[in-house]
Amino acid sequence: MKVSLFVTCLIDIFQTDVGLDTVELLEKLGCEVDFPEKQTCCGQPAYNSGYVDKAKESMKHMIKVFEHSDYVVTPSGSCGTMFREYPHIFKGDPEWEERAKKLADKTYELTQFIVDVLGVEDVGAKLNGTATYHTSCHMTRLLGVTEAPMKLLSNVEGLEMKPLPHNYNCCGFGGTFSVKMTSISEQMVDEKVQSVEDSGAHILIGADCGCLMNIGGRIDRKEKPIKVMHIASVLNSRS
Amino acid sequence: MAMKIGDKPFKERVSDGIDDKFMRGAVSSAQGRFRSGRLNAAEELGNWEDWRKLGEEIRSHTIENLDYYLELLSENVTKRGGHVFFAETAEEANDYITNVVKQKNGKKVVKSKSMVTEEINMNEALEKAGCEVIESDLGEWILQVDDHDPPSHIVTPALHKNKEQIRDVFRDKLGYDKTEKPEELALFAREKLREEFLQADIGITGCNFAIAESGTISLVTNEGNARMVTTIPKTQITVMGMERIVPTWEEMEVLVSLLTRAAVGQKLTSYITALTGPKQEGEVDGPEEFHLVVVDNGRSKILGTAFQSILHCIRCAACINVCPVYRHVGGHSYGSIYPGPVGAVLSPLLGGYEEYKELPYASTLCAACTEACPVKIPLHEHLLRHRQEIVEKEGKAPVFENLSMKAFSMGTASPAMYNIGSKLAPTALGAFAKDDKISDGPGPLKNWTEIRDFPAPKKDRFRDLYKKRKKERGE
Ligand code: SF4
Repeated sequence: MKVSLFVTCLIDIFQTDVGLDTVELLEKLGCEVDFPEKQTCCGQPAYNSGYVDKAKESMKHMIKVFEHSDYVVTPSGSCGTMFREYPHIFKGDPEWEERAKKLADKTYELTQFIVDVLGVEDVGAKLNGTATYHTSCHMTRLLGVTEAPMKLLSNVEGLEMKPLPHNYNCCGFGGTFSVKMTSISEQMVDEKVQSVEDSGAHILIGADCGCLMNIGGRIDRKEKPIKVMHIASVLNSRS
Repeated sequence: MAMKIGDKPFKERVSDGIDDKFMRGAVSSAQGRFRSGRLNAAEELGNWEDWRKLGEEIRSHTIENLDYYLELLSENVTKRGGHVFFAETAEEANDYITNVVKQKNGKKVVKSKSMVTEEINMNEALEKAGCEVIESDLGEWILQVDDHDPPSHIVTPALHKNKEQIRDVFRDKLGYDKTEKPEELALFAREKLREEFLQADIGITGCNFAIAESGTISLVTNEGNARMVTTIPKTQITVMGMERIVPTWEEMEVLVSLLTRAAVGQKLTSYITALTGPKQEGEVDGPEEFHLVVVDNGRSKILGTAFQSILHCIRCAACINVCPVYRHVGGHSYGSIYPGPVGAVLSPLLGGYEEYKELPYASTLCAACTEACPVKIPLHEHLLRHRQEIVEKEGKAPVFENLSMKAFSMGTASPAMYNIGSKLAPTALGAFAKDDKISDGPGPLKNWTEIRDFPAPKKDRFRDLYKKRKKERGE
């Protein structure tokens, strides 16, 4: 199966390992992965700040970049949600609505792709430890992906999953919210870090780099003994 | 109290909220109770999503045809001998109400809970006219006794106070000498309020749903005070926002059932009161005179815009009860009697961006509100829409942000620019990085690193590593 990777700008610049893990994982599962080099960002930072016209420029660019892909897979629930929103954003645009819809229809978040398209629930991963999973808001509420990551994680050998108390709470990232409303964001991320501690897990797993940078950044600042891992890296672990 | 509450700027209000540990404790435990109550009630009803869909359809049909249903309502109220007044502004509404009270030579008004009367600042108008106004909803009454402390929630207005604080208010203002047990506090309030009811000449109520087909107004309460307000005084005035209407009893039943479940997790509240006009011949109770004041106050400006669905709101507060931002900052931080997600959408529409431009940004767009809303209002999308209006139509965005978004769009719409920008990141930020982390960043990163570390950009980007990997594998 031919798969185009949409790596997202955060992973491209800050979390390169997650990108490599995603490629390796998909290849292990028998996919032929390509990385369209012209890709940039889904436009979300501008879109969510109200700069819709400016965001549309990036969106059009991304539509063109992935126009010839069979499947587009991304290790980010939030950026995947953004692609799925494109048709809604270009509604009524004679040139772009249809093209946006085509992109939306073939875009999948990584775990969603593995479970729903490849039909795989055990990727053969091994990782020792106790972990908990952060259900990020866009991925669960807007993209509607709730079961896939849990199914995949429950089959990782050696990994004990603990429930995360109040998992429905937002971590306080919210893109520019994290720097615009820092004091509120601080209360929210503290609450999340507390829940992670209360879960008793030593590893926090998530499928969204934004949330993980936020929670992880706070965990580091507070020097908590909790490791933060992207789900792609967990699923690509073999030890 | 008008819609606006407090004079402090947004930032100060937020930091007051965050520092108020009592309030946050009270709000957080109430949110927990409301949340599980709502989920249980929804599950018990079954097919919750179908009910929500039906609720959405009813609201959207009604608001689409609002003029028709308002006319029908008005006809039917008039037929039963009631008076209907359409007020375009708060002043018009207050003038009408004050006139009725004056004509009746009213000295004492008892009120049941109503947000729209808060919005138009009716109490103050009546007090200016020499009338005493008594709130009869327990929460509202506590706030009134506490020197008009503003409400912090649309269903439970005194949510920010715990029982010890309520005991102190009663003690300091009214000489209460018992404990903070809820039953004792309630009994005290009941005795005090009973006296007021018996002396009142005018009763004023809000309205949960007006039923167009019969000219009925309905009130959904748990305390039964709305019933007292509408039975003892000789004159009744009901004030409703122009969107609080349903076509027939059938739709009313659906919406009440969504309202009570979404608001407090109850199948039904203790009292659902339906009143159709003044006392008719042969009837033993009810007011002799009935006035219905339908308030626009900015609502019709929302009709026909992309924000129209906010008029579907049935004021259940489910969105407020799940909002994490509300939990941490409390209702007063919003600077409006309409707090939380619904308030962040509605307040700028009714009160203008000048006053409320921060509210649409006080959200992570986590969509917990949208998921909870029993009539499926896409609240987080409305917040985004506000941001768009502020940036593109109002030109009120900060200059720095505007510039960085310009740079963003240049950098992401063109791969060449993205390439340069992303390559430069490690060099630009390198000086701030230590052990792969930035703990005191420049520019917009400054706020980020105030409370958390930021990862240092990697020397090689993913795309560089990917290329290398491909080469190594001879692809
Ligand atoms: S917006 Fe929806 S959830 Fe919020 S108060 Fe209105 S009806 Fe309830």
